[in-house]
Amino acid sequence: MEKENIIEVKNLVKKFGNFTAVDNISFEVKKGEVFAFLGPNGAGKTTTIKILTTLLTPTSGEVMVNGFSPIADEDKVRHSFGIVFQDPSLDDELTAYENMEFHAVLYHINPKVSKERINELLKLVELSDRKDDLVKTFSGGMKRRLEIARGLIHHPKILFLDEPTLGLDPQTRNFLWKYIKDMTEKEGMTVFLTTHYMEEADKVADRIAIIDHGRIIERGSSEKLKKDTKSKTLEEAFLKLTGHDIREEAASPKDRMKLHGRLWRR
Amino acid sequence: MGTIYIMWLRELKRFWRSKARIIGSLAQPILFLVALGFGLGPIFKQAGDGNYIQFLAPGIIGMSILFSAMFMGIQVIWDRQFGFLKETLVAPVSRYRIMLGRTLGGATVASIQGILVLLISLLIGFRPQNLAMMPIAFVFMFLIAILFTALGTAIASRLEDMQAFQLIINFVIMPLFFLSGALFPIDTLPQTFKIIIGLNPLSYGIDGLRTALTGITHLGLLLDVSVLASLTLIVTLIGSYLFSKIEV
Repeated sequence: MEKENIIEVKNLVKKFGNFTAVDNISFEVKKGEVFAFLGPNGAGKTTTIKILTTLLTPTSGEVMVNGFSPIADEDKVRHSFGIVFQDPSLDDELTAYENMEFHAVLYHINPKVSKERINELLKLVELSDRKDDLVKTFSGGMKRRLEIARGLIHHPKILFLDEPTLGLDPQTRNFLWKYIKDMTEKEGMTVFLTTHYMEEADKVADRIAIIDHGRIIERGSSEKLKKDTKSKTLEEAFLKLTGHDIREEAASPKDRMKLHGRLWRR
Repeated sequence: MGTIYIMWLRELKRFWRSKARIIGSLAQPILFLVALGFGLGPIFKQAGDGNYIQFLAPGIIGMSILFSAMFMGIQVIWDRQFGFLKETLVAPVSRYRIMLGRTLGGATVASIQGILVLLISLLIGFRPQNLAMMPIAFVFMFLIAILFTALGTAIASRLEDMQAFQLIINFVIMPLFFLSGALFPIDTLPQTFKIIIGLNPLSYGIDGLRTALTGITHLGLLLDVSVLASLTLIVTLIGSYLFSKIEV
């Protein structure tokens, strides 16, 4: 039996000024699968995630997340997902526990339940003994683990991971993927991830979509991508599909507009 | 209620944990009180206006609240840069509540700063006239604090980074302070100057504070409270709207 779709995107377009970050893309993510969104810098991955997570409004196109529209039903969509952003989004001046507690209150979790869950999750990501320390004393890997734990407090149906292993050591990366894989198998959670580490995507993703210049250029399982491009590794397939040019990515939509303006005048 | 409370609590915890910031933010008001209070005091007395410290202290309390409140509001930019803003923006709660919680938290912190400056001014000779008016003084402190935290939030909601920060200090905060009657009596000023001061919301806050603390008034308590309260409401509404439209 075909599994139902938990994310549906149809003809999605997002423009910043006259720069098109996402150019008419369509895709589905099935319930319970690990879906990897791969692409070079500036391909439109983060913009797509921001639209799916209600942070940006699309220019046109249809989006459904857990059966709701991120524009019309933003609160229902927000209840459905947890997210680990590309860059940290913790409050450094609060302790690990306080950051977790803060999240639990924002997601309307009963204080008794949340206390239990927070302690349980902190134990899972091996931060129990540091829970009363200020986050500013944490290393990058510890912050990442804390963010993942935080994203799971409200038992999301979908977990968005935007380059979650960037800058982490192999131990932490291994730990995270194992943990996330566990969550999908045990809880039936769906994972939508982006990463630049092809071997990670190869290992964890059920299906992959490759996006470049705002368009999806290839999709399917890792095996299919490798077979279609006659490549031995996913990285080779990726490079064959997206080329070897090094991309320039601006820091913010505004910079992107400026960058575009500069290219235009040249 | 949970959202507003936790946002409020966050501001207080952050404030309490940064002792350096608390001390740092007291340095400037103390300098103003001492340098201006003792420096211009004799001239003020000669001009027949009485004790300058008595006149100045409410103005400096208002100043410290203005500064802290604007900084608390502008913190939105820091939260944007350090990423924490996103955590609150993807949460399934109304952004109006988040903005309100932030503003009340920032305003509470700014009011505490104001109270600290009041205590310090007592040490250097300021004497409130009527203790029964103290609650009214606190109302004015809190109104000033909410108004300018909300204004800071509104401005910061439209800014991407800290580059505009100097502009805000020089073109918003400084004029608000110097053109508010915090430092000098407004009764005998030239007409044009009086109008400018009349257009500055802080003037009403400081006049109200001064009335409550010393009994000296220029504009009248009723006018002060009505202007300040209605502006606070309007600016908070505008701030909430701009905050709710933030895209990151």
